[in-house]
Amino acid sequence: MTTTVPIDAVPVESPSPRASWSAFRALLLRDLTVLDKDLKEFLPNTLMQPAMLVFVFTYVFPRIGQGIGGSGNVGRFSTLLLGGLVAQSIAFQGLFRVALPLARELDITNELEDRVLAPTHISVIAFEKIVAGALQGLFAGLIVFPVAAFLPSTPIYLRAHWSTLVIVTVLSCYASAALGLTIGTRIEARLVPILVGFVALPLGFFGAIFYTWDALTPIGWLKAAVLINPMLYMSEGFRAALSIGVVHMPLGAIIGALTAFSVLFTVLGIRGFKKRVLS
Amino acid sequence: MSTDSRTVPRAARLAPEVISTTGLTKVYPGTGGRRQGLKAVDGLDLSVRRGEIFGLLGPNGAGKTTTVGMLTTRVIPSSGVAEVNGVDVVAHPPQVKRCIGVVHQLNTLDRSLNAWENLYFHGRYYGMPAKAARQAADEQLERFRLSHRARSEVRTLSGGMARRLMVARAVLHRPAVLFLDEPTASLDPQSRLALWDILEEIRTEGQTILLTTHYMEEAEAFCDRVAIMDHGRILALDTPASLKRSVGNGKGTTSTVRAWLTRLRAEARSVEPELDGGDGPLDDPTVEAALLEVVAAADRLGLNLDDVRRGVTLETVFFELTGRDLRE
Repeated sequence: MTTTVPIDAVPVESPSPRASWSAFRALLLRDLTVLDKDLKEFLPNTLMQPAMLVFVFTYVFPRIGQGIGGSGNVGRFSTLLLGGLVAQSIAFQGLFRVALPLARELDITNELEDRVLAPTHISVIAFEKIVAGALQGLFAGLIVFPVAAFLPSTPIYLRAHWSTLVIVTVLSCYASAALGLTIGTRIEARLVPILVGFVALPLGFFGAIFYTWDALTPIGWLKAAVLINPMLYMSEGFRAALSIGVVHMPLGAIIGALTAFSVLFTVLGIRGFKKRVLS
Repeated sequence: MSTDSRTVPRAARLAPEVISTTGLTKVYPGTGGRRQGLKAVDGLDLSVRRGEIFGLLGPNGAGKTTTVGMLTTRVIPSSGVAEVNGVDVVAHPPQVKRCIGVVHQLNTLDRSLNAWENLYFHGRYYGMPAKAARQAADEQLERFRLSHRARSEVRTLSGGMARRLMVARAVLHRPAVLFLDEPTASLDPQSRLALWDILEEIRTEGQTILLTTHYMEEAEAFCDRVAIMDHGRILALDTPASLKRSVGNGKGTTSTVRAWLTRLRAEARSVEPELDGGDGPLDDPTVEAALLEVVAAADRLGLNLDDVRRGVTLETVFFELTGRDLRE
């Protein structure tokens, strides 16, 4: 034993937003430290799918005469695919980087205990999970963007609408992570594998990654049904912010829907978190 | 149940109250699950003073862990009041969390971080600046004899090391009260011993501790006062010595000795003890003499006694109060 520290009663402090903020910052720092440690898994995991999609859709298919990407308009396809791929990376990483560890920590390992006991409100601890997930989603979007923008062997037509880009990015990252909190607090760890089939695939295939929402017009019921998919608004939003010559849904609808999803998932996520850690 | 000042150690009697509960009750509501409708804790009145080591004993399902859960803000009471360090646990959970340290019976270490990082980030959660948290992490590792495993992933630590690290983490921010929920559960004897050495050190520094345990000898050796709980209520609350006296006065010991003597008498008429054990407490020389008589009688009969024990243990008290039936 090196030192004997007299242990004394800590004075009672009044509720201090500063203490809450410092706990929040420390929790965030912990999550980003873990991301840093996981980087060698995070990077390939984030890049693999977009890189393969870009390769197959914009290099292989045009060369083998596969009709994907519209009738010969491969440039337009690469352009619309970019928005979809960035949206998908943000959504998947934001969602899964929150939901998967949470399901495990809450259900099996109990290792969330120490963080739940951090001297702040439970809702702050839950909210930190969303912010940490959103930052990881943002990071995923940033590393996928160059892949989707420069890797296609076909021309790509971009112009950034900065304010739209910032709003869509922030809302997409946030909504994805909040969805992660909502799912992660409601799924048993043993059921995590079904997330791929029941969450990732529908989100992706009906999230307007490979086509625009407008292109669904011939299938009216599907065009209406996909409106419940948050990823739809992310893909459309990134197209609105980045692409030239691609039709997208009205910007107001995109921002309105993403805001509504963000609020909804925050409420459901924090409620789910409280239900799991308090009894 | 005796909660009057006579049973509280003198030093603790003068110290301020760190834990106080009045009519604390938890009924698990819900639409299913094994705890549905269960009154896990039923009108608990408890007072623990600064510097005290307080033990909660009870069989599985007695309400110990639920009590600790309410005092550590994780279980929301159905009724009653609980204060830790003068702060209401329901009204101000963040302030309560600020002044408690908790060691769970399960390994709750952060597996994504190494041993040192578990301590460092814990310090940061409690508002320590980076430098202070780094220093505290180093010191705690040294103090808990874990410096050589500072960079180890926590899943590679042995059970004993993991538990030491959890204690190191729980006291790092110098809590007003330390909760230990079955601290030595599932540890091998050596690790238990090492952990108790450390808890003794913490105790000598004046740390207030509330612990739950199944190990009677630990509670007996370590606790200033012990509450025996069952079905959410406190059945007895006193110093270990007083609890043992209370049972020693009862029928348990003397009747056992009498039963032995009767049996031995039946086997050999030569045994004629005048001593029937009386109704005195265990220390009563009559009982002691009766036991000696049993040994002597066994010896004359050429019987081997595997074990002769004198004295009531807390376990006797425990069984006396909670019964011997299997609970699960």
